[in-house]
Amino acid sequence: MPLFYDARIRAYLYQVIAVGVVLLIAWVMFSTASANLAKQDIATGFGFLARQAGFVITESAITYEPTDTIGRAILVGITNTVKVSLLAALFGTVLGLLVGIGRLSHNPVLSRLMLAYVEALRNVPLLLYLLLWYSLIISVFPPVKQAIEMLPGVFLSNSGLVTPALHWQSGFAALVTAFVVGVAAAFATARVLGRRRIVTGKERPIALFAAIAFLLPLVATILFANISVTWDVPELGRFRLSGGYHLRPEFVALLLGLTLSVSANVAEIVRAGIQAVSKGQWEAATALGLSRARTLKLVILPQALRIIIPPLTNTYLTVFKNSSLAIAIGYPDLVMVSNTIMNQTGQAIEAIAIFMGVYLGLSILISLVMNWYNARVALRER
Amino acid sequence: MTQVDTLVSSAALAPSREVPPAARSRWFSAYFGTPGNALITILCLGTVFALAKLAIGWLFVDATFVGTPAECKATSGACWPFLSAKMRYIFFGFYPFEEQWRPLTAMLLFLGACLVSMVPKVWGRGLLLAWVAVVLPVLYVLMAGGYFGLTVVPTTQWGGLPLSFMLSFIGLACALPLGIALALARASNLPAIRVLGVGFIEIVRGVPLISILFMATVMLPLFMPNGITIDKLVRAQVAIILFAAAYIAEIVRGGLQAIPKGQVEAGQSLGLHYWQIMRKIVLPQALKKVIPPLVSLFIGFFQDTTLVTIVGLLDFLDTVRTAMRDPQWQGIAVLEGYVFAAVVYFVFSALMGAYSRFLEQYFRTTHD
Repeated sequence: MPLFYDARIRAYLYQVIAVGVVLLIAWVMFSTASANLAKQDIATGFGFLARQAGFVITESAITYEPTDTIGRAILVGITNTVKVSLLAALFGTVLGLLVGIGRLSHNPVLSRLMLAYVEALRNVPLLLYLLLWYSLIISVFPPVKQAIEMLPGVFLSNSGLVTPALHWQSGFAALVTAFVVGVAAAFATARVLGRRRIVTGKERPIALFAAIAFLLPLVATILFANISVTWDVPELGRFRLSGGYHLRPEFVALLLGLTLSVSANVAEIVRAGIQAVSKGQWEAATALGLSRARTLKLVILPQALRIIIPPLTNTYLTVFKNSSLAIAIGYPDLVMVSNTIMNQTGQAIEAIAIFMGVYLGLSILISLVMNWYNARVALRER
Repeated sequence: MTQVDTLVSSAALAPSREVPPAARSRWFSAYFGTPGNALITILCLGTVFALAKLAIGWLFVDATFVGTPAECKATSGACWPFLSAKMRYIFFGFYPFEEQWRPLTAMLLFLGACLVSMVPKVWGRGLLLAWVAVVLPVLYVLMAGGYFGLTVVPTTQWGGLPLSFMLSFIGLACALPLGIALALARASNLPAIRVLGVGFIEIVRGVPLISILFMATVMLPLFMPNGITIDKLVRAQVAIILFAAAYIAEIVRGGLQAIPKGQVEAGQSLGLHYWQIMRKIVLPQALKKVIPPLVSLFIGFFQDTTLVTIVGLLDFLDTVRTAMRDPQWQGIAVLEGYVFAAVVYFVFSALMGAYSRFLEQYFRTTHD
């Protein structure tokens, strides 16, 4: 059979067999699943998204009532996941940067303390930490009935921190617009002045000008736009606090656990990145007369950044995926909301498909953003 | 920002500007050389002292060591009688009480076998054979029973630390060949195979482990033909294997990329075909390079198996959690179980971390 010994034909044959096997498995699973679903009288399709949700979600960044649709409940889950992962990534990066630099300190006490911090966080499962923080919060703070009133209207208890909330009557949109315009103006000012400095060599307080550019639109809006707010002050009832802004223990425990785990990873990444920059760079910068802080800022960190960014991307992807552990302590993230929907409608396949799709899509988005940033700071070779 | 600056100014990378007077010893200047440095030392020591005081107070001074739940409630510290009363449940879950010597023996045998296998000198075909032909069957018989007069214990009664070890060890052992196959598929010249490999790896790496566990426990039964049910433990195990395989594939890919192309070309010029080149030339070199990162990955997966708690398997973390929910101890032992579990996980992870560093050192210094 000489045909079989032709390398190209064999290559095609292998590929056809591989694809065929995968398709066969998929087809068998699909047909048994649809038969099973029909037999158990479970509806299929995504029609359930438009139905009324009917369950309470304790925390949501967008307005949500149990009378809203299931689709909106999923949206609430997505915003909660994104909220907690973004905050954890932000705080964890800042903390991790400090810890990573601390690990390289000459001071033996500081460097060993930071080593202990990193090791304690990396060698114990994140889920265990989440449960530990959660029960710590629950057991240390008093029950709602004996809530501590720290300031007038600020209550601390084991159901979280309750503070007065601001309610915007008017002018909220104007203020947000002013903020966005201010940020854009600050960036533009810094950029223009930075270029001018390169061309003319004159030093100007760029940070000051940028701050003015940022504040100007905000101040103008506050002065001239019609802004009116009311305060929603919480009241201590017999069993619960009503009104106000509620920072829940589930959210705090999750944010704390994720932030600490990110910080330990970032610390290791930063340490490795700084150590990878050769000693000659330090010496060259010192020879040019740069101070240590300026050497780190202008010479070492830009080079370390190139080494740091790919593993940092992985850390951000990990924290985003790890936020799904929220279900263990009852923070209503995407997985927990989907789980509730799954139990309510019985449409497990659709619910799991939705949240896996969302995770996959957002993971790809994070990778794209970080790759774009990586390409920006990458060494441009001539 | 000032905090960053003080930290930066003490960073080890920059040589210290002040030359310490000869009278000051080296030791002194490391801790109190500059005012900033002295401040850092004092702040750190203060933090360590405060934490130690808190921990010692809770762990020993205010703790109850023997007594009843009521006596525990009276003191503010840790409640150690809870641990001693619940110890066997925490370690072995719902495994029949009289038979608990079996998981204990199995665990000791497993740890002993692992310890022996950690020595690089004994690695080889013989070791693999010993695991497959002797260790694993003995472990299985000990756990499941049914032979030599041992009573049968269904997997629904397995739990605790043996289950955690089993999930992570079997998970990684089975994921390794699958991961290598996926890495080869991803590096393949055949586009269809490459697409399948990349698709599997990227999809699995793009979603959380929880979602794959959910798929295995909630969704998979719907895909099974009527009358066929697969044990829940096995389903979770398969999920962990598939998840681990995608991560192993990426690590192995790194090893494959580190092998110069000349190695493959040399193999081709000798007339070897693809599988011979891979098996005899490329994979032995590539796998050796990736053993330390694989051990690090194993530490991560040992910790990640705690997630099976969420889908209702009684692993070590779950037995700890349910022990604390026992009505007799509820509200009294709130943290003790978690602290104990954290210590157990820490010890095993730190040991494996040390082993990973040893391997890195070993491979740097030996050639063969």
